[in-house]
Amino acid sequence: MAESVISVNGLRKSYGKLEAVRGIDLEVAGGEIFAFLGPNGAGKTTTVEILEGYRKPSAGKVSVLDSNPADAGRAWRQRIGVVLQDCNLQPELTVRESLELYAGYYEAPRSVDETIELVGLMDQCDQRARRLSGGQQRRLDVGLALVGDPELLFLDEPTTGFDPSARRQAWEVIANLRELGKTVFLTTHYMDEAQALADRVAIIAAGEIVAEGAPGELGGRDAAALISFRLPSGVGAGELPREVAAALGGAGTPHPNGRVQLRTDEPVAILNALTSWALARDLELAGLEVRRPSLEDVYLELTAE
Amino acid sequence: MTGLALALHQFRYDQKIFWRNPASVFFTVMFPVMFLVLLGVIVNGETIHSLGGIEATTYFVPGVITLAVVSATTVNLAMSLTILREGGILKRLRGTPLPSWVFIAGRIGNAIVTALLMFVLVTALGRILFGVAVPWSRLGALLVTLAVGSASFCALGVALTTIIPSRESAPAITNMIVFPLYFVSGVFIPESEIPSGVLHVADVFPVRHLFDALLTGFDPATAGAGFQLGNLAVVAAWGLAGLALAVRRFRWEPRI
Repeated sequence: MAESVISVNGLRKSYGKLEAVRGIDLEVAGGEIFAFLGPNGAGKTTTVEILEGYRKPSAGKVSVLDSNPADAGRAWRQRIGVVLQDCNLQPELTVRESLELYAGYYEAPRSVDETIELVGLMDQCDQRARRLSGGQQRRLDVGLALVGDPELLFLDEPTTGFDPSARRQAWEVIANLRELGKTVFLTTHYMDEAQALADRVAIIAAGEIVAEGAPGELGGRDAAALISFRLPSGVGAGELPREVAAALGGAGTPHPNGRVQLRTDEPVAILNALTSWALARDLELAGLEVRRPSLEDVYLELTAE
Repeated sequence: MTGLALALHQFRYDQKIFWRNPASVFFTVMFPVMFLVLLGVIVNGETIHSLGGIEATTYFVPGVITLAVVSATTVNLAMSLTILREGGILKRLRGTPLPSWVFIAGRIGNAIVTALLMFVLVTALGRILFGVAVPWSRLGALLVTLAVGSASFCALGVALTTIIPSRESAPAITNMIVFPLYFVSGVFIPESEIPSGVLHVADVFPVRHLFDALLTGFDPATAGAGFQLGNLAVVAAWGLAGLALAVRRFRWEPRI
Protein backbone atom coordinates (compact mmCIF):
# COMPACT_ATOMS: atom_id res chain seq x y z
CA MET A 1 0.00 0.00 0.00
CA ALA A 2 1.21 3.50 -0.82
CA GLU A 3 2.11 5.91 1.92
CA SER A 4 -0.74 7.20 4.07
CA VAL A 5 -2.00 10.63 3.13
CA ILE A 6 -4.62 10.69 5.86
CA SER A 7 -4.18 8.87 9.13
CA VAL A 8 -6.70 9.08 11.95
CA ASN A 9 -6.51 7.35 15.31
CA GLY A 10 -9.18 7.33 17.98
CA LEU A 11 -10.74 10.56 16.75
CA ARG A 12 -13.50 11.97 18.94
CA LYS A 13 -15.48 15.16 18.72
CA SER A 14 -18.11 16.38 21.15
CA TYR A 15 -20.36 19.39 20.94
CA GLY A 16 -21.38 19.93 24.54
CA LYS A 17 -22.99 16.68 25.63
CA LEU A 18 -23.47 15.39 22.12
CA GLU A 19 -20.68 13.13 20.93
CA ALA A 20 -20.74 13.46 17.15
CA VAL A 21 -17.67 11.33 16.45
CA ARG A 22 -16.88 8.50 18.84
CA GLY A 23 -13.40 7.20 18.34
CA ILE A 24 -12.78 6.46 14.67
CA ASP A 25 -9.68 5.20 12.86
CA LEU A 26 -9.00 5.84 9.18
CA GLU A 27 -6.14 5.38 6.75
CA VAL A 28 -6.24 6.81 3.24
CA ALA A 29 -3.39 5.99 0.88
CA GLY A 30 -1.92 8.31 -1.74
CA GLY A 31 -3.72 8.20 -5.09
CA GLU A 32 -6.79 6.57 -3.61
CA ILE A 33 -10.40 7.68 -4.01
CA PHE A 34 -11.87 7.11 -0.59
CA ALA A 35 -15.61 7.40 -0.01
CA PHE A 36 -16.96 8.17 3.41
CA LEU A 37 -20.56 7.08 3.63
CA GLY A 38 -23.19 7.63 6.24
CA PRO A 39 -26.64 8.99 6.89
CA ASN A 40 -27.15 12.69 7.65
CA GLY A 41 -26.01 13.49 11.15
CA ALA A 42 -23.75 10.43 11.41
CA GLY A 43 -20.60 12.53 11.84
CA LYS A 44 -19.41 12.71 8.22
CA THR A 45 -19.10 16.45 7.88
CA THR A 46 -17.67 16.83 11.39
CA THR A 47 -14.94 14.35 10.50
CA VAL A 48 -14.16 16.00 7.16
CA GLU A 49 -14.04 19.43 8.72
CA ILE A 50 -11.54 18.16 11.28
CA LEU A 51 -9.41 16.75 8.45
CA GLU A 52 -9.67 20.10 6.64
CA GLY A 53 -8.56 21.99 9.73
CA TYR A 54 -11.85 23.82 10.36
CA ARG A 55 -12.52 22.10 13.69
CA LYS A 56 -10.37 20.82 16.48
CA PRO A 57 -10.82 17.24 17.63
CA SER A 58 -11.83 16.61 21.26
CA ALA A 59 -9.47 13.62 21.37
CA GLY A 60 -7.39 11.42 19.11
CA LYS A 61 -4.59 11.82 16.60
CA VAL A 62 -5.08 13.23 13.12
CA SER A 63 -2.42 13.50 10.46
CA VAL A 64 -3.11 14.85 6.97
CA LEU A 65 -0.14 15.14 4.59
CA ASP A 66 2.10 14.68 7.64
CA SER A 67 0.66 17.63 9.50
CA ASN A 68 -1.92 18.15 12.18
CA PRO A 69 -4.65 20.05 10.30
CA ALA A 70 -5.66 22.04 13.38
CA ASP A 71 -2.38 23.96 13.33
CA ALA A 72 -1.14 23.44 9.78
CA GLY A 73 -0.20 26.65 8.00
CA ARG A 74 -0.33 28.12 4.55
CA ALA A 75 2.25 25.74 3.08
CA TRP A 76 -0.06 22.85 3.98
CA ARG A 77 -3.06 24.65 2.45
CA GLN A 78 -1.10 24.92 -0.82
CA ARG A 79 -1.35 21.12 -1.02
CA ILE A 80 -5.04 20.58 -0.35
CA GLY A 81 -8.26 21.50 -2.11
CA VAL A 82 -11.56 21.87 -0.30
CA VAL A 83 -15.08 21.67 -1.65
CA LEU A 84 -17.56 22.31 1.13
CA GLN A 85 -21.06 20.92 1.37
CA ASP A 86 -22.71 24.09 0.06
CA CYS A 87 -21.66 25.78 -3.11
CA ASN A 88 -19.66 28.92 -2.31
CA LEU A 89 -19.20 31.00 -5.42
CA GLN A 90 -18.89 34.70 -6.02
CA PRO A 91 -21.97 35.26 -8.20
CA GLU A 92 -20.61 38.38 -9.93
CA LEU A 93 -17.47 36.75 -11.35
CA THR A 94 -17.32 34.65 -14.51
CA VAL A 95 -16.07 31.08 -14.51
CA ARG A 96 -12.68 32.20 -15.82
CA GLU A 97 -12.37 35.14 -13.41
CA SER A 98 -13.30 32.98 -10.42
CA LEU A 99 -10.60 30.49 -11.35
CA GLU A 100 -8.05 33.26 -11.99
CA LEU A 101 -8.81 34.76 -8.58
CA TYR A 102 -8.24 31.45 -6.80
CA ALA A 103 -5.23 30.55 -8.94
CA GLY A 104 -3.58 33.70 -7.59
CA TYR A 105 -3.71 32.29 -4.06
CA TYR A 106 -1.37 29.38 -4.94
CA GLU A 107 2.33 29.24 -5.65
CA ALA A 108 2.14 26.69 -8.45
CA PRO A 109 -1.40 26.70 -9.80
CA ARG A 110 -2.70 24.56 -12.63
CA SER A 111 -3.44 26.58 -15.77
CA VAL A 112 -6.90 28.13 -15.76
CA ASP A 113 -7.71 26.81 -19.26
CA GLU A 114 -6.74 23.31 -18.28
CA THR A 115 -8.91 23.53 -15.17
CA ILE A 116 -11.89 24.77 -17.20
CA GLU A 117 -11.47 21.77 -19.46
CA LEU A 118 -11.07 19.38 -16.54
CA VAL A 119 -14.43 20.40 -15.09
CA GLY A 120 -16.06 20.64 -18.53
CA LEU A 121 -17.05 24.31 -18.48
CA MET A 122 -15.48 25.32 -21.81
CA ASP A 123 -18.79 26.65 -23.16
CA GLN A 124 -19.57 28.57 -19.97
CA CYS A 125 -16.14 30.08 -19.30
CA ASP A 126 -17.30 33.69 -19.78
CA GLN A 127 -20.60 33.27 -17.96
CA ARG A 128 -21.05 34.74 -14.51
CA ALA A 129 -21.42 32.20 -11.75
CA ARG A 130 -24.95 33.33 -10.93
CA ARG A 131 -26.08 32.32 -14.44
CA LEU A 132 -24.77 28.74 -14.22
CA SER A 133 -27.05 25.78 -13.53
CA GLY A 134 -26.74 23.99 -10.18
CA GLY A 135 -24.58 21.24 -11.66
CA GLN A 136 -22.34 23.74 -13.47
CA GLN A 137 -21.92 25.77 -10.27
CA ARG A 138 -20.83 22.67 -8.42
CA ARG A 139 -18.33 21.83 -11.16
CA LEU A 140 -16.94 25.37 -10.92
CA ASP A 141 -16.73 24.82 -7.16
CA VAL A 142 -14.67 21.68 -7.80
CA GLY A 143 -12.59 23.68 -10.31
CA LEU A 144 -11.77 26.25 -7.62
CA ALA A 145 -10.46 23.44 -5.44
CA LEU A 146 -8.42 22.00 -8.33
CA VAL A 147 -6.87 25.18 -9.70
CA GLY A 148 -4.25 25.17 -6.95
CA ASP A 149 -3.17 21.73 -8.22
CA PRO A 150 -3.57 20.07 -4.80
CA GLU A 151 -2.34 16.59 -3.90
CA LEU A 152 -5.38 15.91 -1.77
CA LEU A 153 -8.93 16.93 -2.48
CA PHE A 154 -11.86 16.94 -0.06
CA LEU A 155 -15.30 16.73 -1.61
CA ASP A 156 -18.19 16.98 0.82
CA GLU A 157 -21.35 15.56 -0.80
CA PRO A 158 -20.39 16.89 -4.23
CA THR A 159 -23.54 15.78 -6.08
CA THR A 160 -26.34 16.29 -3.55
CA GLY A 161 -29.38 17.72 -5.32
CA PHE A 162 -28.13 16.92 -8.83
CA ASP A 163 -30.24 15.51 -11.62
CA PRO A 164 -28.94 12.21 -13.01
CA SER A 165 -27.10 13.70 -15.99
CA ALA A 166 -25.41 16.38 -13.87
CA ARG A 167 -24.36 13.61 -11.49
CA ARG A 168 -22.80 11.59 -14.32
CA GLN A 169 -20.84 14.65 -15.44
CA ALA A 170 -19.59 15.30 -11.92
CA TRP A 171 -18.52 11.68 -11.63
CA GLU A 172 -16.52 12.02 -14.81
CA VAL A 173 -14.71 15.00 -13.30
CA ILE A 174 -13.90 13.03 -10.15
CA ALA A 175 -12.86 9.97 -12.11
CA ASN A 176 -10.48 12.22 -14.10
CA LEU A 177 -8.74 13.06 -10.85
CA ARG A 178 -7.70 9.45 -10.50
CA GLU A 179 -5.80 9.75 -13.78
CA LEU A 180 -4.00 12.76 -12.33
CA GLY A 181 -2.89 10.71 -9.33
CA LYS A 182 -4.77 12.84 -6.81
CA THR A 183 -5.99 11.51 -3.51
CA VAL A 184 -9.70 12.17 -3.07
CA PHE A 185 -11.64 12.06 0.18
CA LEU A 186 -15.29 12.02 -0.78
CA THR A 187 -18.30 12.05 1.49
CA THR A 188 -21.65 10.99 0.12
CA HIS A 189 -24.90 9.36 1.01
CA TYR A 190 -25.37 7.92 -2.45
CA MET A 191 -24.37 4.27 -2.75
CA ASP A 192 -24.14 4.34 -6.52
CA GLU A 193 -21.70 7.22 -6.24
CA ALA A 194 -19.41 5.27 -3.94
CA GLN A 195 -19.78 2.19 -6.10
CA ALA A 196 -18.89 4.10 -9.26
CA LEU A 197 -15.97 6.11 -7.94
CA ALA A 198 -14.36 4.74 -4.82
CA ASP A 199 -11.43 2.40 -4.38
CA ARG A 200 -12.32 2.05 -0.76
CA VAL A 201 -15.35 2.88 1.35
CA ALA A 202 -15.95 3.42 5.04
CA ILE A 203 -19.41 3.62 6.53
CA ILE A 204 -20.02 5.78 9.55
CA ALA A 205 -23.15 5.46 11.66
CA ALA A 206 -23.84 7.33 14.89
CA GLY A 207 -20.26 8.53 15.09
CA GLU A 208 -18.60 5.15 14.63
CA ILE A 209 -17.17 3.31 11.65
CA VAL A 210 -19.25 0.21 11.11
CA ALA A 211 -17.59 -1.16 7.97
CA GLU A 212 -14.62 -0.48 5.79
CA GLY A 213 -13.29 -2.02 2.59
CA ALA A 214 -13.50 -2.12 -1.18
CA PRO A 215 -17.05 -1.38 -2.35
CA GLY A 216 -17.35 -4.91 -3.80
CA GLU A 217 -16.41 -6.61 -0.55
CA LEU A 218 -17.91 -4.33 2.04
CA GLY A 219 -19.68 -6.02 4.94
CA GLY A 220 -18.82 -9.45 3.43
CA ARG A 221 -21.09 -8.77 0.50
CA ASP A 222 -18.89 -10.78 -1.87
CA ALA A 223 -19.62 -13.95 0.14
CA ALA A 224 -23.17 -13.25 1.26
CA ALA A 225 -26.44 -13.99 -0.46
CA LEU A 226 -29.91 -12.64 0.09
CA ILE A 227 -32.70 -15.20 -0.24
CA SER A 228 -36.26 -14.01 -0.38
CA PHE A 229 -39.63 -15.63 -1.03
CA ARG A 230 -43.28 -15.40 -0.02
CA LEU A 231 -44.86 -17.89 2.34
CA PRO A 232 -48.12 -19.35 1.03
CA SER A 233 -51.15 -18.14 2.95
CA GLY A 234 -51.90 -20.23 5.99
CA VAL A 235 -48.24 -21.19 6.48
CA GLY A 236 -46.51 -19.40 9.39
CA ALA A 237 -42.81 -18.62 9.71
CA GLY A 238 -42.74 -21.00 12.68
CA GLU A 239 -43.23 -23.95 10.33
CA LEU A 240 -40.02 -23.26 8.37
CA PRO A 241 -37.20 -25.81 8.73
CA ARG A 242 -34.67 -25.30 11.50
CA GLU A 243 -31.75 -24.15 9.28
CA VAL A 244 -33.89 -21.52 7.60
CA ALA A 245 -35.36 -20.29 10.87
CA ALA A 246 -31.84 -20.01 12.30
CA ALA A 247 -30.68 -17.97 9.29
CA LEU A 248 -33.72 -15.74 9.70
CA GLY A 249 -32.79 -15.06 13.28
CA GLY A 250 -35.18 -13.40 15.70
CA ALA A 251 -35.71 -10.44 13.37
CA GLY A 252 -36.99 -12.53 10.50
CA THR A 253 -40.71 -12.22 11.02
CA PRO A 254 -42.37 -12.11 7.62
CA HIS A 255 -43.98 -9.02 6.14
CA PRO A 256 -47.79 -8.82 6.33
CA ASN A 257 -47.79 -10.00 2.71
CA GLY A 258 -45.87 -13.11 3.74
CA ARG A 259 -42.55 -11.98 2.26
CA VAL A 260 -39.46 -13.34 4.00
CA GLN A 261 -35.89 -12.19 3.41
CA LEU A 262 -32.80 -13.70 4.95
CA ARG A 263 -29.12 -13.20 4.57
CA THR A 264 -26.69 -16.09 4.60
CA ASP A 265 -23.11 -17.00 3.85
CA GLU A 266 -24.24 -20.56 2.95
CA PRO A 267 -26.85 -20.10 0.26
CA VAL A 268 -26.58 -23.66 -1.08
CA ALA A 269 -27.33 -25.33 2.25
CA ILE A 270 -30.15 -22.96 3.10
CA LEU A 271 -31.76 -23.27 -0.33
CA ASN A 272 -31.54 -27.03 -0.14
CA ALA A 273 -33.26 -27.11 3.24
CA LEU A 274 -35.88 -24.62 2.09
CA THR A 275 -36.76 -26.28 -1.20
CA SER A 276 -36.78 -29.83 0.26
CA TRP A 277 -39.17 -28.61 2.94
CA ALA A 278 -41.40 -26.99 0.34
CA LEU A 279 -41.36 -30.05 -1.94
CA ALA A 280 -42.19 -32.38 0.94
CA ARG A 281 -45.22 -30.26 1.74
CA ASP A 282 -46.07 -29.63 -1.88
CA LEU A 283 -45.82 -25.85 -1.45
CA GLU A 284 -44.86 -23.29 -4.07
CA LEU A 285 -42.63 -20.41 -2.84
CA ALA A 286 -43.75 -17.42 -4.87
CA GLY A 287 -41.12 -14.82 -5.76
CA LEU A 288 -38.21 -17.04 -4.72
CA GLU A 289 -35.06 -15.07 -5.39
CA VAL A 290 -31.36 -15.42 -4.60
CA ARG A 291 -29.10 -12.44 -5.09
CA ARG A 292 -25.93 -10.83 -3.90
CA PRO A 293 -26.59 -7.95 -1.51
CA SER A 294 -26.09 -4.55 -3.14
CA LEU A 295 -23.93 -1.93 -1.49
CA GLU A 296 -27.21 -0.29 -0.54
CA ASP A 297 -28.43 -3.45 1.24
CA VAL A 298 -25.20 -3.56 3.23
CA TYR A 299 -25.43 0.12 3.99
CA LEU A 300 -29.05 -0.02 5.14
CA GLU A 301 -28.31 -3.03 7.31
CA LEU A 302 -25.27 -1.39 8.92
CA THR A 303 -26.82 2.00 9.47
CA ALA A 304 -30.20 0.77 10.73
CA GLU A 305 -31.10 2.45 14.01
CA MET B 1 3.26 36.20 -4.05
CA THR B 2 3.95 38.55 -1.19
CA GLY B 3 1.13 39.69 1.05
CA LEU B 4 0.91 43.06 -0.69
CA ALA B 5 0.82 41.55 -4.18
CA LEU B 6 -1.87 39.14 -3.01
CA ALA B 7 -3.87 42.01 -1.52
CA LEU B 8 -3.67 43.85 -4.87
CA HIS B 9 -4.71 40.68 -6.69
CA GLN B 10 -7.72 40.35 -4.38
CA PHE B 11 -8.49 44.06 -4.71
CA ARG B 12 -8.68 43.86 -8.52
CA TYR B 13 -11.36 41.19 -8.37
CA ASP B 14 -13.17 42.91 -5.49
CA GLN B 15 -13.52 45.97 -7.71
CA LYS B 16 -15.17 43.88 -10.43
CA ILE B 17 -17.44 42.27 -7.87
CA PHE B 18 -18.40 45.65 -6.45
CA TRP B 19 -19.21 47.36 -9.75
CA ARG B 20 -21.17 44.37 -11.03
CA ASN B 21 -23.41 44.22 -7.99
CA PRO B 22 -26.48 46.41 -8.61
CA ALA B 23 -27.27 46.76 -4.90
CA SER B 24 -23.80 47.98 -3.96
CA VAL B 25 -23.65 50.41 -6.87
CA PHE B 26 -27.11 51.76 -6.08
CA PHE B 27 -26.52 52.32 -2.38
CA THR B 28 -22.99 53.61 -2.69
CA VAL B 29 -23.08 55.63 -5.90
CA MET B 30 -26.61 56.38 -7.11
CA PHE B 31 -28.08 57.07 -3.69
CA PRO B 32 -25.68 59.89 -2.70
CA VAL B 33 -25.85 61.39 -6.19
CA MET B 34 -29.65 61.36 -5.98
CA PHE B 35 -29.52 63.07 -2.57
CA LEU B 36 -27.10 65.70 -3.88
CA VAL B 37 -29.34 66.53 -6.82
CA LEU B 38 -32.56 66.58 -4.76
CA LEU B 39 -31.17 68.62 -1.89
CA GLY B 40 -29.36 70.93 -4.29
CA VAL B 41 -32.45 71.61 -6.39
CA ILE B 42 -34.56 72.27 -3.30
CA VAL B 43 -32.17 74.67 -1.55
CA ASN B 44 -30.35 76.21 -4.52
CA GLY B 45 -29.84 79.97 -4.00
CA GLU B 46 -30.60 79.88 -0.27
CA THR B 47 -28.16 80.68 2.46
CA ILE B 48 -28.06 79.49 6.05
CA HIS B 49 -27.85 82.65 8.14
CA SER B 50 -27.30 80.95 11.46
CA LEU B 51 -24.16 79.29 10.08
CA GLY B 52 -22.39 82.47 9.00
CA GLY B 53 -24.38 82.83 5.78
CA ILE B 54 -22.96 79.70 4.12
CA GLU B 55 -24.76 78.81 0.90
CA ALA B 56 -27.07 75.88 1.45
CA THR B 57 -25.62 73.96 -1.51
CA THR B 58 -22.12 74.40 -0.07
CA TYR B 59 -23.41 72.96 3.20
CA PHE B 60 -24.92 69.89 1.57
CA VAL B 61 -21.90 68.89 -0.54
CA PRO B 62 -19.88 67.73 2.53
CA GLY B 63 -23.16 66.30 3.89
CA VAL B 64 -23.58 64.08 0.84
CA ILE B 65 -19.87 63.19 0.94
CA THR B 66 -20.39 62.02 4.52
CA LEU B 67 -23.29 59.86 3.34
CA ALA B 68 -21.18 58.50 0.47
CA VAL B 69 -18.16 57.71 2.65
CA VAL B 70 -20.26 55.90 5.25
CA SER B 71 -22.11 54.01 2.48
CA ALA B 72 -18.91 52.98 0.72
CA THR B 73 -17.28 51.79 3.94
CA THR B 74 -19.54 50.85 6.87
CA VAL B 75 -22.71 49.98 4.95
CA ASN B 76 -20.90 48.27 2.08
CA LEU B 77 -18.64 46.15 4.31
CA ALA B 78 -21.33 45.27 6.85
CA MET B 79 -23.60 44.00 4.08
CA SER B 80 -21.08 42.37 1.76
CA LEU B 81 -19.07 40.62 4.48
CA THR B 82 -22.27 39.30 6.07
CA ILE B 83 -23.40 37.95 2.71
CA LEU B 84 -19.99 36.34 2.14
CA ARG B 85 -20.01 34.85 5.62
CA GLU B 86 -23.53 33.45 5.40
CA GLY B 87 -22.91 32.17 1.87
CA GLY B 88 -19.92 30.17 3.12
CA ILE B 89 -17.49 32.06 0.88
CA LEU B 90 -15.39 33.26 3.82
CA LYS B 91 -15.22 29.72 5.15
CA ARG B 92 -14.12 28.43 1.78
CA LEU B 93 -11.42 31.11 1.55
CA ARG B 94 -10.10 29.89 4.90
CA GLY B 95 -9.48 26.59 3.13
CA THR B 96 -7.08 28.26 0.69
CA PRO B 97 -3.57 29.58 1.38
CA LEU B 98 -4.86 33.17 1.19
CA PRO B 99 -4.09 34.79 4.56
CA SER B 100 -7.27 36.10 6.17
CA TRP B 101 -5.85 39.57 6.73
CA VAL B 102 -5.08 39.87 3.01
CA PHE B 103 -8.68 39.20 2.13
CA ILE B 104 -9.95 41.78 4.61
CA ALA B 105 -7.29 44.24 3.44
CA GLY B 106 -8.43 43.82 -0.16
CA ARG B 107 -12.02 44.52 0.81
CA ILE B 108 -11.06 47.54 2.91
CA GLY B 109 -8.86 48.87 0.11
CA ASN B 110 -11.81 48.50 -2.23
CA ALA B 111 -14.03 50.44 0.19
CA ILE B 112 -11.50 53.24 0.65
CA VAL B 113 -10.93 53.64 -3.09
CA THR B 114 -14.68 53.78 -3.63
CA ALA B 115 -15.01 56.40 -0.88
CA LEU B 116 -12.31 58.56 -2.52
CA LEU B 117 -13.96 58.18 -5.88
CA MET B 118 -17.25 59.33 -4.40
CA PHE B 119 -15.53 62.34 -2.84
CA VAL B 120 -14.26 63.34 -6.29
CA LEU B 121 -17.62 62.66 -7.95
CA VAL B 122 -19.75 64.56 -5.42
CA THR B 123 -17.31 67.49 -5.32
CA ALA B 124 -17.28 67.67 -9.13
CA LEU B 125 -21.07 67.43 -9.40
CA GLY B 126 -21.45 70.12 -6.71
CA ARG B 127 -19.21 72.39 -8.74
CA ILE B 128 -20.85 71.65 -12.10
CA LEU B 129 -24.51 71.62 -11.03
CA PHE B 130 -24.57 74.17 -8.22
CA GLY B 131 -21.33 76.14 -8.51
CA VAL B 132 -20.01 75.00 -5.14
CA ALA B 133 -16.35 76.03 -5.01
CA VAL B 134 -13.74 73.28 -4.88
CA PRO B 135 -11.74 74.02 -1.71
CA TRP B 136 -8.27 73.58 -3.25
CA SER B 137 -6.52 75.37 -0.40
CA ARG B 138 -7.89 72.94 2.19
CA LEU B 139 -7.58 69.81 0.07
CA GLY B 140 -4.80 68.44 2.29
CA ALA B 141 -7.00 68.59 5.36
CA LEU B 142 -9.92 67.07 3.45
CA LEU B 143 -7.82 64.16 2.23
CA VAL B 144 -6.53 63.48 5.75
CA THR B 145 -10.12 63.55 6.97
CA LEU B 146 -11.14 61.14 4.23
CA ALA B 147 -8.26 58.79 5.05
CA VAL B 148 -8.96 58.74 8.80
CA GLY B 149 -12.71 58.68 8.20
CA SER B 150 -12.84 55.90 5.65
CA ALA B 151 -10.40 53.71 7.57
CA SER B 152 -12.35 54.18 10.80
CA PHE B 153 -15.72 53.62 9.18
CA CYS B 154 -14.34 50.48 7.51
CA ALA B 155 -13.40 49.13 10.92
CA LEU B 156 -16.91 49.94 12.14
CA GLY B 157 -18.40 48.10 9.17
CA VAL B 158 -16.39 44.96 9.92
CA ALA B 159 -17.36 45.31 13.59
CA LEU B 160 -21.02 45.64 12.65
CA THR B 161 -21.02 42.20 11.00
CA THR B 162 -20.44 40.69 14.43
CA ILE B 163 -23.93 41.73 15.55
CA ILE B 164 -25.72 40.91 12.27
CA PRO B 165 -27.11 37.38 12.50
CA SER B 166 -28.22 36.75 8.90
CA ARG B 167 -27.99 38.08 5.40
CA GLU B 168 -31.67 39.06 5.47
CA SER B 169 -31.20 41.30 8.49
CA ALA B 170 -28.03 43.02 7.22
CA PRO B 171 -29.67 45.94 5.33
CA ALA B 172 -32.21 46.59 8.10
CA ILE B 173 -29.72 46.60 10.96
CA THR B 174 -27.16 48.67 9.06
CA ASN B 175 -29.64 51.30 7.89
CA MET B 176 -31.35 51.47 11.29
CA ILE B 177 -28.01 52.54 12.69
CA VAL B 178 -26.71 54.91 10.02
CA PHE B 179 -29.88 56.71 8.94
CA PRO B 180 -30.83 58.21 12.31
CA LEU B 181 -27.20 59.26 12.66
CA TYR B 182 -27.28 61.10 9.33
CA PHE B 183 -30.35 63.04 10.46
CA VAL B 184 -29.21 63.99 13.94
CA SER B 185 -25.72 64.85 12.66
CA GLY B 186 -26.95 67.52 10.26
CA VAL B 187 -26.18 65.62 7.07
CA PHE B 188 -29.67 66.15 5.61
CA ILE B 189 -30.92 69.02 7.80
CA PRO B 190 -28.84 72.14 8.56
CA GLU B 191 -27.49 71.72 12.05
CA SER B 192 -28.93 75.12 13.05
CA GLU B 193 -32.38 73.51 12.73
CA ILE B 194 -31.52 70.66 15.09
CA PRO B 195 -32.21 71.10 18.85
CA SER B 196 -29.00 71.37 20.85
CA GLY B 197 -29.93 68.38 23.02
CA VAL B 198 -30.10 66.20 19.89
CA LEU B 199 -26.78 67.59 18.69
CA HIS B 200 -25.21 66.65 22.01
CA VAL B 201 -26.32 63.08 21.46
CA ALA B 202 -24.99 63.19 17.89
CA ASP B 203 -21.67 64.48 19.25
CA VAL B 204 -21.07 61.10 20.87
CA PHE B 205 -21.10 59.32 17.51
CA PRO B 206 -18.55 59.50 14.70
CA VAL B 207 -20.85 60.51 11.81
CA ARG B 208 -21.25 64.03 13.14
CA HIS B 209 -17.50 64.46 13.59
CA LEU B 210 -16.73 63.23 10.08
CA PHE B 211 -19.33 65.64 8.71
CA ASP B 212 -18.02 68.51 10.83
CA ALA B 213 -14.46 68.02 9.61
CA LEU B 214 -15.62 67.84 5.99
CA LEU B 215 -17.87 70.90 6.41
CA THR B 216 -14.93 72.88 7.78
CA GLY B 217 -13.00 71.96 4.66
CA PHE B 218 -15.76 73.15 2.34
CA ASP B 219 -16.79 76.26 4.30
CA PRO B 220 -15.31 79.34 2.55
CA ALA B 221 -15.30 81.12 5.94
CA THR B 222 -12.75 78.69 7.36
CA ALA B 223 -9.44 80.34 8.08
CA GLY B 224 -6.20 78.37 7.61
CA ALA B 225 -5.68 74.81 6.40
CA GLY B 226 -8.87 73.47 7.96
CA PHE B 227 -7.51 70.58 10.02
CA GLN B 228 -10.04 69.50 12.65
CA LEU B 229 -7.95 67.37 14.97
CA GLY B 230 -10.64 67.17 17.64
CA ASN B 231 -13.16 65.72 15.19
CA LEU B 232 -10.60 63.35 13.73
CA ALA B 233 -9.65 62.12 17.20
CA VAL B 234 -13.26 61.11 17.93
CA VAL B 235 -13.61 59.40 14.55
CA ALA B 236 -10.33 57.55 15.03
CA ALA B 237 -11.30 56.50 18.57
CA TRP B 238 -14.49 54.94 17.21
CA GLY B 239 -12.45 53.30 14.48
CA LEU B 240 -10.07 51.76 17.00
CA ALA B 241 -12.96 50.54 19.14
CA GLY B 242 -14.49 49.00 16.02
CA LEU B 243 -11.19 47.40 15.13
CA ALA B 244 -10.85 45.87 18.61
CA LEU B 245 -14.36 44.42 18.39
CA ALA B 246 -13.78 43.17 14.84
CA VAL B 247 -10.51 41.45 15.71
CA ARG B 248 -12.09 39.70 18.68
CA ARG B 249 -15.48 38.77 17.38
CA PHE B 250 -15.30 38.52 13.60
CA ARG B 251 -16.70 35.20 12.40
CA TRP B 252 -15.68 33.35 9.26
CA GLU B 253 -18.37 30.70 9.30
CA PRO B 254 -22.11 30.99 8.78
CA ARG B 255 -24.26 31.06 11.89
CA ILE B 256 -26.05 27.74 11.91
